[in-house]
Amino acid sequence: MEKKYGVYICKGCSIADTVDTEKLAEVATKEHQIPVCKSHDALCSPSGLDLIKGDISGEGVNTVIVAACSPRAKHREFIFPGCIVERANIREFVAWTQEPGTEDTQALAEDYMRLGITKAKNSFPPEPFLLEETNKDVLVIGGGITGMTSALGAADAGYKVILVEKSGELGGWAAKMHKQLPQSYPFEALEENTVKRTIDKVSSHSNIKVYTSAEIEKIAGFPGQYDVSIKTNGTSEQAKAGSVILAAGWRPYDANKLDHLGYGKNPNVITNVQMEEIASSGRITRPSDGKEAKRVAFIQCAGSRDAAHLPYCSSYCCLTSLKQAAYVREKNPNAMAYVLYKDMRTPGQYELFYKSIQNDPGIMLTKGEVTGVSETQNGNLFIDLKDTLLGENIRIEADMVVLATGMEPNTKIDADVLKEWKVKFDEKLKESGGKPDPNAPLEPHKVPNVLKLEYRQGPELPGLEEAYGFADSNYICFQYETRRTGIFAAGSVRQPMHMLGSMEDALGASMKAIQCVEATEKGYSIHPRAWDQTYPEVNLQKCTSCKRCTEECPFGAIEEDAKGTPFHKMTRCRRCGTCLGSCPERVINFKDFSINMISSMFKSMDVPEEGLRLIGLACENDAYPALDALAMNRDRVNPAFRFVPVRCLGNLNLAWIADALSRGIDGMILLGCKFGENYQCHFVRGSELASERLGKLQETLGRLMLEPERVKLVQLSIQDYDKLPEILNDFSEEVGEMEPNPFKEF
Amino acid sequence: MSEHESNIVVIGGGISGLTTATEAAEAGYTVTVLEKDPFLGGRVGRMNKYFPKLCPPVCGLEINYRRVKFNPRISYYTMADVEKISGNAGNYEVSVKLRPRHVNDKCTGCNACTEACPVEVPNEYNAGLNKRKAAYITTEQAFPFQYVIDKAACTGDCGTKCREACKYDAVDMEMQPQSLKIKAGSIVLATGWKPYDAKKIDNLGFGRYRNVITNVMMERLASKNGPTGGQITRPSDGKEAKRVAFVQCAGSRDENHLAFCSAVCCLASLKQATYVREQYPDSEAYFFYIDIRTPGTSYERFLNKIKEDDKVRMIKGKVAKVSEDPATGDVIVEVEDIFAGGKSRVAVDLCVLATGMEPTISELRLPSDIKINENGFAVIGKDQKGIYAVGCVKDPVDVAKSVQGATGAALKAIQTVGRLA
Repeated sequence: MEKKYGVYICKGCSIADTVDTEKLAEVATKEHQIPVCKSHDALCSPSGLDLIKGDISGEGVNTVIVAACSPRAKHREFIFPGCIVERANIREFVAWTQEPGTEDTQALAEDYMRLGITKAKNSFPPEPFLLEETNKDVLVIGGGITGMTSALGAADAGYKVILVEKSGELGGWAAKMHKQLPQSYPFEALEENTVKRTIDKVSSHSNIKVYTSAEIEKIAGFPGQYDVSIKTNGTSEQAKAGSVILAAGWRPYDANKLDHLGYGKNPNVITNVQMEEIASSGRITRPSDGKEAKRVAFIQCAGSRDAAHLPYCSSYCCLTSLKQAAYVREKNPNAMAYVLYKDMRTPGQYELFYKSIQNDPGIMLTKGEVTGVSETQNGNLFIDLKDTLLGENIRIEADMVVLATGMEPNTKIDADVLKEWKVKFDEKLKESGGKPDPNAPLEPHKVPNVLKLEYRQGPELPGLEEAYGFADSNYICFQYETRRTGIFAAGSVRQPMHMLGSMEDALGASMKAIQCVEATEKGYSIHPRAWDQTYPEVNLQKCTSCKRCTEECPFGAIEEDAKGTPFHKMTRCRRCGTCLGSCPERVINFKDFSINMISSMFKSMDVPEEGLRLIGLACENDAYPALDALAMNRDRVNPAFRFVPVRCLGNLNLAWIADALSRGIDGMILLGCKFGENYQCHFVRGSELASERLGKLQETLGRLMLEPERVKLVQLSIQDYDKLPEILNDFSEEVGEMEPNPFKEF
Repeated sequence: MSEHESNIVVIGGGISGLTTATEAAEAGYTVTVLEKDPFLGGRVGRMNKYFPKLCPPVCGLEINYRRVKFNPRISYYTMADVEKISGNAGNYEVSVKLRPRHVNDKCTGCNACTEACPVEVPNEYNAGLNKRKAAYITTEQAFPFQYVIDKAACTGDCGTKCREACKYDAVDMEMQPQSLKIKAGSIVLATGWKPYDAKKIDNLGFGRYRNVITNVMMERLASKNGPTGGQITRPSDGKEAKRVAFVQCAGSRDENHLAFCSAVCCLASLKQATYVREQYPDSEAYFFYIDIRTPGTSYERFLNKIKEDDKVRMIKGKVAKVSEDPATGDVIVEVEDIFAGGKSRVAVDLCVLATGMEPTISELRLPSDIKINENGFAVIGKDQKGIYAVGCVKDPVDVAKSVQGATGAALKAIQTVGRLA
C-alpha cells in the first residue's frame, strides 16, 4: 500500500495550554513533509473524528498519526478500518505531567510527534499467517474424569476429539470410587458413582474416538497441524489434531515411603485408594484376617504437608476421608470412624458436608499430630497423637488404619529417572563435543514422559520451579496460560484437586483448546496478544544461525535445521517478540514492530547539544499504564525522558542501545516486569532476558567508549507508579553526573 | 428502547464475567457484558494484591481490558440493571435498564467535573474510609475511563458547575434511563459477591469500634489508590497500625451467619499480614483461626513462608469477644487459645475481621427454574441448558477457581449457541 499520511493534533485536555500546537504541527509539515496536518479542539469528539474520516475518504489518507491522548484511552474511537493508526501520547506524557509553556515541554511534545510519525512510517498492515489447512480436532491425553469431561466438552461443542487412555479402560481413579462426594446442594448425602455414565457417554459419542491401552508415541507439528503417533496394541497409529489437552492425571503418593505410619509393616494399614476398593466390594473388612473393621482410623496428611514427603496439601484427602468415614458408618451403623487431621480443609459449600459428618455421633474428628502407629497384642492398631484439642496426648485403638495419601501428578519425573536421563544427556553432549556441567540439573521437561513433543525445546511442558511437577499456570488470573501454545493442562495434573474441581477445570481447558484452533485458523495469536495478526518474519539470508532466537523463545516456537538455521513454527508463536530482541543480525521483524522501526524512532529525536536526553523503554502492559497513571494523578515527570512502549522488555535488541547512544542520547532506562521466582512477565522471561543481554552491553558500549551505567533496567509492576518519579529522577541524576555523551556533536 | 443481539450475555463484569466474555469472544462468539457498577473489574479491581503471588490484580485486569477493547465481538454496558430474563436456551431475551451516567461518551477523562464539583460523599469504593465527589472516577486504572455523576449525591445547589466545567459537552444532567433488550442464545450469571455484613456478628464489635475493620476495608487501606495512599493506619486516629489482629471465620462456618466456608479468607488474611509486616518492620500480626485452609501447592507454600516469620503469630482458637479500650482506641481481642489453654486477651491497634463472601445473585430477578439455596448460591439444575453460573454465584471461590469456572462456562455457553459456521 502506498502510504498517505495525515497528522491530527488534539488541542483538548490542556494540550493547547501546555504546548504550542502550531509549532508542533511544523514537525509534521516541515521536518517530515506530511501533506495533511490538522488540529482540532477535541479530536475524539464526533466532529474531530469526522475531520479524520473526511480526510480518509476525501484525501485518501491511510496512515493516521493521532497526537492526543494515550493509546490506552479512546481506543475504539481511533480505529479506522483499513488504516494504519499511530498514537503520539502528548496528553498523558506531556500535557498532564509537564510544566506548561516551557522549552523542555515543547521539545518533549515535538519528540513524541517525531516518534509517532517515524513509527507510522515503519509500520505496515498485518498480513495474517494462515495455514493451508487447519485441523480443528482436539487430542485429549488421559481418560480419567478430567479427560473424559474435556472430551465431552469439546465434542458437544461440535469438535472431533481423539481420546488416548493408557490403561485398558476409561474412568481413571474416579471410576474406582465406591461412591462420590455430593456435587450439589445441600452437599450432604454421598452420591452413587456417576463415572460409569460418563464413560458410556464418551464411548458412544459420535465425535469422540477413544484409544485405550494406548500411549502417545510422539506429537510433532504445531497448533492447527499436530501429527500424533499413538502406540496401541503393539501398533502405531497416526492421527491429526489441532490442539491438545493434557489430562494425564495423578498417582497416589507411594505409601511404602510411609512406614512411620505403619504402612508395609502391618497389613491393616491401608491407603485411601485401597479403601475405595474395599468399600466397593461390600463390607468394610480388613486385609489381615478378612474380619469386619468396626473401628477405622483415618490419618490425614499421610505424606502431604510434610517436608520429608510432599510439602504441599493434596486438597482432596480431607473430603475423601470424610466420605470414607461415611462408608464405614453406612455399612455398619455400629461401626466407628476416627478422622485425625492437622487442619480440616473443606472449603466452600463442602463445609456443609463436613458439618453433616460432624453431626454423626459415630464419627470422631480429632485434630492432632500423629506420632506413631503400632500393633496391639490382639492384632489391632494403636495410633498415638500429640497436640490435640484436648491438650493431652491420646491413643486410639482401631481395627484398621486408612492413610489419606496425597497425589502426585503424572507429569512429575522421579528424581532417579531424572538422574538416569542426565547421564544420557551428558554423554550425548560429550559426543557432540560439548562439555557437560555436572552441577547443572536436567530440566524435567527435557525427559520424554507423557506428551513426547518433537520440539527442539524438549518433549514435555516446562513446569514452574516450585510446582512440584504439576503442570500449573504461573498466573492467577489466567489459569490456562501455557508455555506450549495449543497444549492445555487440566485437572490433577495441573493442580491437586477433587473430582468436582477437575470436571470444572476440564471444561476450561476444552474452551481454550477450541479457541486456539479457531484463532489459529484466522491467523490470530492466542492469549495474551489475542488481537494480534502480525507475526515474526525472518530474513534468513542474513541469519548467521547463532541459535539465540531458538534458545530464548519462551514458547518453543522456533525449530532449526541441521545447520542451525531457525524456522518459526508460526502457530506456536505468541508474538511476544523475544526473538526480535535476541537477534544480533536484526533479521527478525514484525509488520508493525521492527528493530529498524525503534532504531529509526530513536534517530528521529532531536538531540540538542545542551541538556539531557533519555529514553525509557516501557513494557506496554505494566510500565506504560503505570506512566499513564502518573498522568491521571497529574504527577510531574522528569522532562528528559521519552517513553517508547514495547510488547515486552524481551524485545530489547542491543542494536537499539547502540543506535540511541551513538545518536547522542544520554541514557536509557528499561522498565519491565518482575523476574525470578513468581515472575510477572506474561512472556515468561522477557525482562530477565533483557537483563542478561545487558551483560553483553559492556562490549557494545566499549566500542563507543561509553559507560555501561547509561543503561539501567528497573523491575516495575503496574502498581508501582508512585515510585516512578523518583526512579526517573535518580537515573537522570546519575546520567547527568557523567560527562555529556560525546556523540551529541555528531 | 433499543434492541441488540449477541450470542451470549454475561451478567457481571468482574473477573469471572470478564473471563467468560473474553474467552468466548476469542473463539469467535459475540458477547454482551452487563455490569451494574459504573466501571468493570468488580471486586478484584479493589484489591491490593493477589495471594499467593502478591502481584497486583490490575495487571491482569489491564490485559483483560485490552482484550475487551480490541475485540469487536464484545460489547459492554455499565450501570446496567437486568430487569427480566425470558425465553429459553438458544433464544433468550434480557431486558435491561441502563441507569443514567450523566456523563456521555464525549468524556475525555480530563477531571474538570470532579474539580468543579462541590459535593463530597462517603466513597463506597473505599468502603467508606474516605470521601469522593459526586462527579468522580474510582481509580487511575478505572475502565471505562469515563467519569460518572452520582445524581443521588448531587445536591444541585451548585447550579451546574460540572456541566460548565466540561469543555466537551459530556455532562448531561437530564440523561434518562434507557431500556435495552438483548436477544441471546445463552446467559452466564457472574454477579459475584459482597462482603458479609459484619455488623450482624454482634460479639466482634464491627460498627461499634472504629478500629475494627473488615478484610475488604484492609485491601483498600493497603492500596496505593486507597483512602490513605497505602498507609496502613487505623481509622480512629490515623495512627500506624503495627499490631494487627486477624479474626478468621468472621461470619463464615457459622450457622447463624454463613454456614459455608468462604474459601478465601485464610489466604486473604495471611496475605494482609504480609502487608503489615512489609510496611512496618517492627509490627506484629495475630492470626486467630479454626482451621488454616490453604489447599494445594502454592497456597501451602505461601502458608509455610509466612510461618517462618515469628512476628506473625498463629493462634488456633475462636475469638469470643472484641472490645475497645476507650482511652487508647486499642482493640482487645479475647480468644480461647486451644493449644495454650484458657482465655487470652490481646490488645492491638487494628482488628481485621475476615468476613466471608455473600453471594449477590439473589438480588437478580431470575427465571423461575433457577433456584437460590439457603446459602444464597444459585442452584442450576443439571438439565438446565442455556443459563450457567460462574464464580461466587455458584460457590465461594478464589480468583484462580473463578477463572477456571468462568472459562468452562464459556464452553457451556458456546455449546448452547452451537458451532459457528
